[in-house]
This record gives sequence, structure tokens and C-alpha cells, in this order.
Amino acid sequence: MNRRRFGQLTTGVALAAVFGSKVWAEDWQATLDAAKGQTVYWHAWGGDTKINDFIAYVGAEAEARYGVKIEQVKLASTADAVARVVAEKAAGQTAGGAVDLIWINGENFAAMKQAGLLFGPFAEALPNWRLVDKAGKPAVISDFTIATEGFESPWAMAQLVFEYDQATVPVPPVTLAGLQAWIIANPGRFTYPQPPDYLGVTFLKQVLYGVMQEPEALQQPLDEATYEAAVAPLWAFLDAVHPSLWRAGQAFPANEPALGQLLADAEIGISLSFNPGRASAEIAAGNLQATVRSFVLEGGTIGNASFVAIPFNAAHRAGAMVVADLLLDPAIQARAQDPAVLGFLTVLDQAALDPVAKARFDGLDLGVATLAPAALGRSLLEPHASWTARIAADWVGRYGVAQ
Amino acid sequence: MKHGQGGLGGASLLRQVPRVTLLLLFVPVLAGLLGTLAPAFGTGEADWWAAFDSLAAWPGLRRAIALSLASGLVATVLSLAITLLLVASLADTAMFAALRRLLSPLLAIPHAAAALGLAFLIAPSGWIVRALSPWATGWTAPPDVLILNDPWGASLTLGLITKEVPFLLLMTLASLPQTDAARRMAIATSLGYGQVAGFVLCVLPPLYRQLRLPVYAVLAYAMTAVEMAMILGPTLPPTLAVQIIHWMTDPSLAHRGTAAAAALVQLVLVVAALLGWHLAERFARAAVLRAAGSGRRWARADPPLRLFAVAVGFVVAGLLITGLIGLAVWSFAGLWQFPAALPASLNLTTWMKSGPDLARTAGVTAAIALLATGAAAGLVLACLEAEHRFGLTADQRALWLLYLPLIVPQIAFLPGLQRLTLALGAENGVPAVAAVHLVFVLPYVFLSLGPAFRAWDGHFAVAGAALGATPAKVFWRLRLPMLLGPVLTAVAVGVSVSVAQYLPSLLIGGGRVETLTTEAVALSSGGNRRIIGAYGLMQMLLPSLGFAVALAVPRLVFRHRAGMRADLRAGSSGRTAR
Repeated sequence: MNRRRFGQLTTGVALAAVFGSKVWAEDWQATLDAAKGQTVYWHAWGGDTKINDFIAYVGAEAEARYGVKIEQVKLASTADAVARVVAEKAAGQTAGGAVDLIWINGENFAAMKQAGLLFGPFAEALPNWRLVDKAGKPAVISDFTIATEGFESPWAMAQLVFEYDQATVPVPPVTLAGLQAWIIANPGRFTYPQPPDYLGVTFLKQVLYGVMQEPEALQQPLDEATYEAAVAPLWAFLDAVHPSLWRAGQAFPANEPALGQLLADAEIGISLSFNPGRASAEIAAGNLQATVRSFVLEGGTIGNASFVAIPFNAAHRAGAMVVADLLLDPAIQARAQDPAVLGFLTVLDQAALDPVAKARFDGLDLGVATLAPAALGRSLLEPHASWTARIAADWVGRYGVAQ
Repeated sequence: MKHGQGGLGGASLLRQVPRVTLLLLFVPVLAGLLGTLAPAFGTGEADWWAAFDSLAAWPGLRRAIALSLASGLVATVLSLAITLLLVASLADTAMFAALRRLLSPLLAIPHAAAALGLAFLIAPSGWIVRALSPWATGWTAPPDVLILNDPWGASLTLGLITKEVPFLLLMTLASLPQTDAARRMAIATSLGYGQVAGFVLCVLPPLYRQLRLPVYAVLAYAMTAVEMAMILGPTLPPTLAVQIIHWMTDPSLAHRGTAAAAALVQLVLVVAALLGWHLAERFARAAVLRAAGSGRRWARADPPLRLFAVAVGFVVAGLLITGLIGLAVWSFAGLWQFPAALPASLNLTTWMKSGPDLARTAGVTAAIALLATGAAAGLVLACLEAEHRFGLTADQRALWLLYLPLIVPQIAFLPGLQRLTLALGAENGVPAVAAVHLVFVLPYVFLSLGPAFRAWDGHFAVAGAALGATPAKVFWRLRLPMLLGPVLTAVAVGVSVSVAQYLPSLLIGGGRVETLTTEAVALSSGGNRRIIGAYGLMQMLLPSLGFAVALAVPRLVFRHRAGMRADLRAGSSGRTAR
């Protein structure tokens, strides 16, 4: 059905997609030609200046290499861009849409893919796709258990890490039970972003992984019959810590930067981030105490990939694909992993890189607060999106109205 | 129109302008309302009641409704009370002149910037706590107390008051000359009434008649404010207006109906609150009559009330101004750890890094503001000229229509307007955003320019006509140049209104049109105070620039015209003295 819709909608260069990747490989030059002179409206969350700066850098590279301009549309929430595409579809605008490229993953991707709002498959046709570490980083093709099927292209890996200030927390708790005890023993010194914020829900899922009887069930759509019993330990955990949270659980930071600011202000002692390099980068930028370090829980923490996707009605589809490919370029990937720039983990397979490209990665100084790849431990796969949506909604039901 | 002499066509066109202008205000609001409400009643196969069921199932609904009502009503009552107290107890004093000079420019400050400044000030890690720590409080880390985003909406209410008092104060000062206040006060004082009592009994009744619509606008705005509530308001749950925005942009796409149902509830709430307020006006009237009948003079109440008014006035102005200074300091701050009262170092890093973005965003913001305000000023001048030439009078109904976009909550009609502009295939760029800004800018430009235009001395026109000038020539050569000051002031007001718009820019611009205000609000969720400070400051500077031009240009143009300069001094806020 996607295929048919797609056939109806595609024109020009994109028509080639219907014929499979062989034609694509030959026609990449045609895509580059079509992209030249286009301005790609990249809708990306705009709450972090370092990410904005990185996107600006990618834009400069895209213009220099391919004559493609990038205009970042800074969003307060990725859902704004989704809503925009929905509104366009509802209004019958099947071409020339405002959104060319979306920084996306998880539930936004699941919703858009299901609603037929995405162009594709295109990711496998990108020249740099062969460098992507599909085997070692299964999250690049399984987005919250949803097979990406080429409807989005990865550009960064993320893994949940905890950050703490050595000056106030000499020994960080590396088990879930230890964390719970620490929160209760240090009232007001821990919090998490307010669900349904992405990082906040990730924290809930991390706890769920640790307290659930059979965490394997998280890879399947949730089963109504067993759901309540399965998540009961999660609510028990949260109930226990709730009164000891920052502001006694009467308010929560809005998102990851707001949480990071609380750590920088020393309002909290332990924080979380989906970017293992965040703390080092913030220390380097002078925004965070030099005594901050990071840790992960025994048994692993949740990891996932960030993707870019192209809406079905994108006005500058060729340009968007060129940008998606450029994001997989080893030089760009190495830059993104540089803690002084972003500190995002690469999606590329180091073994697939040529020596020059590999040297770029080997030469990176990961920074004082960043765990070495080996110390990051096991990366747990994201649960099925049905769990994410449900526990976020249930959280709002339980804690969304302050007592 | 310049050669309007030439045709009846031009004249009849001019005659239609007031009607067309009112349609321009009325149609988008009505169409937007219908567009918003359509999904609430289900479209296609969707269940009529499903949207309302899902709304009712939201656990925060009751609290969100209560918050919307409480913060709106409390903010309106207190703002009005503070404004009237200031005018009643301090009018014609040097202190009042000082307060007025402090408060008037604050009207131009966008709500978002004011909220951001206030947040910097009152947060547990904010300036007030820093100034007192650790020497007075003993705190070396920010205290774990809930001030910002408190579940009761107290900081939101405070923020609303700091912005609405300047608005109501200026509206009051504009209405006061039409109430014969001086003579009424003279009589009341000669009968031994205290100043405040005399004001309430003699001046307030005619004054409130003029203030009614502005007060309704304040009430409707305060109940539905989005950007201020996003920055200062509660989050568990947020106010209804903020939750509607969350639903509209929810990734699961299933909440559009819920959002529309909630928008309908919000609209009903505002209408109910306005009706309740209207009812309360009657009680207040009865109370004033009873007080008058009692014969008490309340003269001894004046000194404490005056003291209180001065204190409250300076606190309101002080909060806002200190908050804005805080924005500025943060934008230049190097490392600034708690509890230092000032940054360890100042640098230009933030401004250098975000300079290009800021400049581009400011450019877009200014372009939208000038487009919208230019169109608004043209329409308003044409309306007023038509009113003058054809002897039309603006009746109460026209005034209501003028206030319509200010009273109908933006959150209730903008989502529908967004759908409509998309359905019409309008390119959602700068022109579309400017066109929607026009709906909000025009009423303010009219309110600002109307009194001065009507107060212009008609003898000049008679003299001009006697010398053979056509009505058009009188307008272009006499009236417009002589009203340069008020026109520029009205334009500056329009620019400040346009710069401050958040929802219209966000929704109609489809995220592609970035203004200083949308950027500042988007950044405010991230907590990076330096960059927030820079955007907040720019947001404030742009309207200030408009007012600076409005002040400077007439003084430059009229530097050889002593009479015009005297006029400027007499009516610096745009009202020519008669």
C-alpha cells in the first residue's frame, strides 16, 4: 500500500526508487544533479546550540560539496514537524511540502511510517550505507523494534548514561537498587525529565528493564492481559522515590538540557543523558563543573539510534537524500563524535573504514567524563513502541497531577 | 487616493474601508473558530463524542480548567486594582510621573521576554536568591523549593500582572481625559472625600465604561496565555491552553480531536468568565452606589493607600526591569555559578556564536512586523479619514469587532486558521504570518492612533479648504504631517505587538518562519540561560527601537517648528492636547 501511494506521488528523480537499488546506484549522480541548488528544510529539535552549530556545519559542507543548502527549522519538539506533515496531508498537499528532512526516531517514526507519511525506502540506496554497522549496532535498522526498512537513515548512536558530580557524590550507585537507595537517602537531589519527554520515558524504560520479571517481553507488543502485572514493579519503584525527588516530585524539568542545567547549577547530584559524551563536551565548553563524571548501570543501559527521514510530500527530496548520505560520511561522523563538537557515537562500522577515515576516529580525545567504549557496557534494545506510549500515558495518569 | 479629487470611485472606495477592515478582523476569527471546532465534532467516520471522552479521560482536566480560571481571574482583578489604585492615589504627583515613565516602555516588551526575565529573577537559582546567598540564607546550593512552575500558578499570575498593569495603565491614561476627571475630583475633594474614595465614586464609573473592553481583553488573554504559561506556569498539569498545544503537536496524532474539544472547552470557559465578570460589574456598581450613599469620606485612607500604591507600582516595575537586566547579564556571562551574585567574567561568546542566527531571525521578525504594521497603519488611517469625511461614527458594535481578535482566545481560532490556510494552499511563509499578525496588530494601531486623529484641530482643515485644497490634499499635506508623531507611535505599538506574537507565528508559519519570539520560547525549554538571555534581549530591543524612532523622528522633522514641538511635549504618548 505504501508502495502504491508512493508510485502515485513520486515524480522525476524519485521515480527511480521504485526500480530498486541497482538503478539507484547508477542514478546517484542523477540525484546529486537534481539536488544541486536545492534548499533542504531540515526540521530538527533546536533546543541545543551545539547541535544547531553542527547542523550549520553540515549545511556548509553540503553546499561546498554538492551545492545543497540546509535550512534548519528549529523545533521545540519533533512532533511539531510530524503535526505539520499531518496537517499537509489532511489538506491534500501531496507535493511541495514544507518539511524536507526530519530528525526522528521512536514513536514519531512509528507513527509516520504507519500513517504512510514517509518517503522510501531510500536509506539502503545511499552510497555511504555500506559503511553503517548493521551487525554490531542493530539499533540502526530496528528503531524501537520497528524495522526501519529504509524509511529512515541513521546518523548517530546514543546510549543512556548517568552523570554525577564527584564533588558531592563520591561513589555513584551502579545498580538500580543502589540508585533507589541513593535517591531516598538524598532527597531533592535527583529527578528526570517529565514524561512524555523522550529522556524521561527512557528512564522509565530503564527502570522497567531492571525490575521486570521477564524483560524479553519488552521486544514484543505489550499484552493487555499481563501488562498491569508486568509494570507493577516499575510503579512500586517510582512510588518509593517520588517524594524524594527534586521539588518533591511537584515539578519536573522539561527535557534533557533543562535536566543538565540542574546538574550545572548543582541542584541535583545525579543526572542522565542519552549522549555519553555530553558531560565532557559541556565541561569543555565551561558550562559544567569539571568534577562531573559518568557511569552506567550493571546489566546495561538502553541505546538507540537517531535517524533522518523524508516526508512523502517533501519539496526537496533529492537534496534531502544527499544530506542523509552526507551525514554518514566518515569525516562528518568523526566530527559528530568529537566531544568538542557533539560527542555523539558514530553509526559506522570501524572495520569497514579505510585507514584515513579510521584514523579520524582513533585520533579523537573522548574527554574526561566520557566512558571508554568498553566501559559503556551492554546496550539494551529499545522496547516495542507500544510500551513506550503506554507507560508514558500511565505515568501522566499517576503523577501528571501534582498532589 | 492621493488624487482622490479625481473620482467618485476613489471616494466610494474610501467609504467602504471601515467595513472591509472590520471584515478583515471578523472573518479570520470566525473562520478559524469553525475550523478549530470541526474536528471536535468528528470528521468523517470519527465518533462525535470520542474527542470529548478522551478529553474527559485526561486526569489533569479539572486542575487545568481551575488553573486557567484562577490565574486569569486573579491576574485580571489584581492588575485592574493595582492600576486603578495607582491612578487614584498618585495621579498628578511627581511619583506618578516617575512610575509612568518606568511602566510605559514595559508595554512594548513581549510577554515571553518578560516571563523569561522574571524566571531568571525568582527561580531558586535566580538573582534574588543569589543576592541573598550565602550571607543571609546560608545556602551554598540553590534551595529545593518550588517557585517557578508551581502547581498553583502563582508565578504565572505574577508574570501576567507585571505585563497587564502597564497595559491597563496606558489604557486608563488614554481614557481619563474623556471622563472629565479633573472637575469631578475637584468637586469630590471640596466635599471632603479622600482622593481614592473620590476617584472611585466619581471618576471610576465613567472611566470603567471606557476600560471595559481592555479589561475583557486582559481577562481573555490571561486565561489563555500560552508562552507565559509555558515559561512560568505549572507543568503537573499545565494550564489548559498549554495542554492544547501539547495535544496538537502530539506525535501519536491521535490527540487532534482532543485538542479541538479542549479548545472548545477553553472558549466556553472564557465566555463564561466574561459573563461572570459582567455580572460582577453589577455587584461592583451596587457596592459603589452603596458606598456613595453611606456618606463616608475615607479621607484618612489616603496616606496608607498611597504608600501601598507606590510600593506595589515599584515592585511591579522593578520585577520586570530587574528581570530584563538579568537577561542582558546572562547573555554576556562567562562561568556564573551559584551563589555568585554576578558572573565571574563577562564575554561576548554567546553573542558571537549566535550573532548570525540572531541577526537573521531579527530580520525576519522585523520584516513581518513592518509588513503587518504598514498594512494596519494604512487601513486605520483610511478608516479614520473615511470616518471624518463621511461623518461616520464608530458605534459600540464596531468597537466590539475591533476587540474581537483580542478577546477570542488565540488558542481557540488559530489552529483552525492554520488548517484553512493550508487547505487554501497558501504558502506559509512570511507573508501569511504577516497577514495573520495584521489581525492582532490592527486593533492596537487603531486604539493608539484613533484618539489623536480625532482630536486633530479641524480649523486647519477649514483653513486649507478655504485656500482651495481638496480633502485629499488636506489629508496628505496637513493632517498626516501634523500627526507624524502619533502615527509613528501607533506604528511602534503595532511593531511591538507583532514582535510579541507567538502562536500566530508558530502555527501559521508552520515552524518554517522563525521569529525572535518563537526562538526564545523554543530555547526556553532547554535551560541555556545565556542564549535565552540573548534572544530575550533582542526580543525587547526591536520594539524599543520602534519607539525610539517614533520619539526621535518628529523631533528631527519639526526641529524648526516650535509649535509642533510643543505639541509633542504635551502629548508624548500620541495624544495631542486640545
